[in-house]
Amino acid sequence: MTTADIVFVVVALITVGSAAVVVLSSSLIYSAFSLLFTFFGVAIIYVFLGADFLAATQVLIYVGGILVLVLFGVMLTHRLYNLNLKTETIQVIPGMLISLAVFVSLALAATQTRWHVVSSKPRAPTTETIGTLFMTTYLLPFEVASVLLLVALIGAAMLVRRRTDL
Amino acid sequence: MITLEHYLLVSAALFSLGIFGVLTRKNAINVLMGIELILNSANINLVAFSRYSSADIDGQIFAILVIVVAAAEVAVALALVLNMYRLLKSVNLDQADTLKR
Repeated sequence: MTTADIVFVVVALITVGSAAVVVLSSSLIYSAFSLLFTFFGVAIIYVFLGADFLAATQVLIYVGGILVLVLFGVMLTHRLYNLNLKTETIQVIPGMLISLAVFVSLALAATQTRWHVVSSKPRAPTTETIGTLFMTTYLLPFEVASVLLLVALIGAAMLVRRRTDL
Repeated sequence: MITLEHYLLVSAALFSLGIFGVLTRKNAINVLMGIELILNSANINLVAFSRYSSADIDGQIFAILVIVVAAAEVAVALALVLNMYRLLKSVNLDQADTLKR
């Protein structure tokens, strides 16, 4: 095993382990903070895959945006002065069976399939290529995504405002 | 040697953990966290396949679009959760059964 392999194994274990804490912990605050480690672990996995721009985007949007938004949601919908925000679970046994079945089938599909793999791709900076592709081939998805963000912005602001003036 | 299968296994583990969270949690915010895990695992798959295939980096473009949709989804979902809290004084999903009554 090379050093990169060891680092990958550690990162993968941290990612999956903190994801397990997210879904298994009974405290909402613990879940939210271990989501941080999961997002960082996914960003490091992107670095392993040679996706530098995507790793930076992951840190900026998930850690800087979505996680903060989730924490806002936690704090606005619970009384924080009792810090034991316990959450309840339902259907644990069926849920466990279903997710185990999903994992086994996905793992079998991943390991039993003979993927057509191109191994020696050079690691190059991707930002320029992504920018060019967004301005040429993927111009329509780019515009649709920006309209979607605008709609989500207006919709979210519309949904949470006070209804006194309606 | 890290191969494509390793990335796929990590992503499968994240995906099934997310499914477990979505299925078993009562709290709406915890369900949202499960959905985020699922979207992240899908993204890992997209980027891994784009690295190990002969195609260009189109998979990364798709992953960026998934991130955009996830950001929009979480903003609207939290607005809905806040409204639900204002209405029911609770964010437990099994209490949101006004349509049944």
